[in-house]
Amino acid sequence: MSKKVNFVIDGKECQSEEGLYLVEAAKENGVYIPTLCNYEGLKPKGSCRICSVKIDGRLTTACTSPVQDGMKIENNTDELNEVRKEIIELLFVSGNHFCPACEKSGNCELQALAYRFKMMAPRFPFAFPRKEVDASYPMIIKEQNRCILCKRCIRGIKDEDGKRYFAYRNRGQDSLVVPDRKMMAEMSPEKAQEAMDICPVGSILVREIGWIEPIGTRKYDKAPIGSDIENNQ
Amino acid sequence: MGRKITIEPVTRVEGHGKVTIHLDDEGNVAQTRLHIVEFRGFERFVQGRPYWEMPVLVQRLCGICPVSHHLAAAKALDVIVGAGTGDGLTPTGEKMRRLMHYGQIFQSHSLHFFHLASPDMVFGIDGDPALRNIIGVALTNKDLAVQGVMMRKYGQEIIAATAGKKIHGTGAIPGGINKHLSEEERDSLLKGTDPMNVDKIIDWSVEAVAWFKNYHKKNKDFIDNFAVFPSSHLSIVRKDGAMDLYHGVLRAVDHEGNKILHDVDCQNYLDYIDEEVRSWSYMKFPYLKEYGKSNGWYTVGPLARLNTADFIPTPLAQKEFEEYKAYTNGKPNNMSMHMHWARLIEILHSAEMMKELLMDPDIVKGELLTRGEKCNKGIGVLEAPRGTLFHHYEINDNDQVIMANLIVSTTNNNQPMNEAVNFVAKKYMNGQDEITEPMMNAVEVSIRAYDPCLSCATHAFGQMPLEVSLYNAREELIDYKMRS
Repeated sequence: MSKKVNFVIDGKECQSEEGLYLVEAAKENGVYIPTLCNYEGLKPKGSCRICSVKIDGRLTTACTSPVQDGMKIENNTDELNEVRKEIIELLFVSGNHFCPACEKSGNCELQALAYRFKMMAPRFPFAFPRKEVDASYPMIIKEQNRCILCKRCIRGIKDEDGKRYFAYRNRGQDSLVVPDRKMMAEMSPEKAQEAMDICPVGSILVREIGWIEPIGTRKYDKAPIGSDIENNQ
Repeated sequence: MGRKITIEPVTRVEGHGKVTIHLDDEGNVAQTRLHIVEFRGFERFVQGRPYWEMPVLVQRLCGICPVSHHLAAAKALDVIVGAGTGDGLTPTGEKMRRLMHYGQIFQSHSLHFFHLASPDMVFGIDGDPALRNIIGVALTNKDLAVQGVMMRKYGQEIIAATAGKKIHGTGAIPGGINKHLSEEERDSLLKGTDPMNVDKIIDWSVEAVAWFKNYHKKNKDFIDNFAVFPSSHLSIVRKDGAMDLYHGVLRAVDHEGNKILHDVDCQNYLDYIDEEVRSWSYMKFPYLKEYGKSNGWYTVGPLARLNTADFIPTPLAQKEFEEYKAYTNGKPNNMSMHMHWARLIEILHSAEMMKELLMDPDIVKGELLTRGEKCNKGIGVLEAPRGTLFHHYEINDNDQVIMANLIVSTTNNNQPMNEAVNFVAKKYMNGQDEITEPMMNAVEVSIRAYDPCLSCATHAFGQMPLEVSLYNAREELIDYKMRS
């Protein structure tokens, strides 16, 4: 039986198994730490920084930090929430995100976080980057305008032999997540749906199913992001 | 020496336009133009997008009648996904869309008549501008204002129940619809607490028609003689000639009632209709090819629909239709202000249609979608509140839109609105060297009769106040008035 550790998040006494990543340990105690690049079952990357918390006064990412006995964690503070909001705003302005015409609206984690942190109008200038809609694969469309480079598809979508369907191309501001054309030719409908579901935004789209889910039944129509964890206290 | 008068912007219409009136050396009106000065370019920027985005993306043209764009785009895509050319949907798909559409017609017509047009009738077109608005109506004629607000609300509730939201919903998808009505939603719309139930809404619609007829009796000279000019009329009608606002064949009649477009398939619209570009407006001028640019123009909207249809397939509206047609001895009605009468009869028809559809069991159960063999081109045509609306899309093998052509209702009415303004200008401006307040009002009222949605027509947004400039023949500004 693994060892239990005690820790404190925003003054709340918490307990979990030793070694769990902080995001998971917090979740077990009914505390929501927002995430975006993190995905259950995948090794965390800590790339988006939405889960930034302060552990014993030091800023770090909760998705990559294993919980330890005696930790004192700041999570839901004005300072950290402002940082998170800024990150979300930067993600919005650095791509071309038009929620009104996006079929992922209502199921989009970026949009849900923007609502949670009450993003009104971005304070940063829009970059309006030139990106393409790559519709050349049989099962999916890769909408580069909306990709936030979280790598969830690269890390999570693999075939039975562990070969990846998506890869990184270029560097810096030219970075792109691109499908592997050979792998895409053999992609099953189930795998395509899995890829669409793992994408936190509307960058991977299964063909011809847009808006099949009516308003009111979409994931975040029913409950705001994080509320399932917070209501489970 | 001739002069030119400019009126811009115009109030209580959706969008922005300006009017210029050119006077000749004798001070008579030589030429009138309604300029539409915005540009949005939807047809260009949808290129490259996945086709199934169109019903949700293109409806953002407008916040007043987004359902019309939503459904016209969905109808075009039905063709592309092999679901037929308008009559191939499942019963549930077809009826849910029709319910959404009649809810839209009902709310948009209510908005126009009660909020935008009724102030002119309650206070007269020369009434105090401070009072001549919906707030003024609410202060002096509370029942009429409340009725207008609640009728619009009912139509919006129908839209919310069928599309998921009152504005910019997502119900229609290529090949059908994404939801049923729940039994609770249906019962609430059928039998809700007064006044939010369909029987009350029908009663109010009957009263609204009666209100206009009473007003007409007292103001015959204005209603029958304001902006009257011969026009052809175009709309879709059901194959048997009945009024059908959702689907049908294209029919046009001339000002005497002779058929000049003989119930043709909407998929072939380009064989019959073309659009002319004129350098002084962003809004194109559609015309029937057979009759040419000068003579092929036509009117669309409520007036046109009551001129093209043989009958209305609901009893109360049919009764009103018969009285309306008898007024012109069965001939086409070319009186612009009768547009309001026609609009109110359509409000009544929509209310009756909503009841019929709400009582249909297919609304709460049944298959939602049907799809067949795909093709790369689809055309969707329906009657939006303001008139015939065309959506035409072509896609490539990767499901991306490569061509879009939208002819929206107000674009179809471009030449008729110019004719109406010309009529008014001649009446008020001949021999005048100063822009008068009654003339400003009359120009506004003539444009407003068409309920123009100029934002849609040019694919632009914005509010529309009114500005008038008067030029002489040397193009010198000799008078200018602006109203915000």
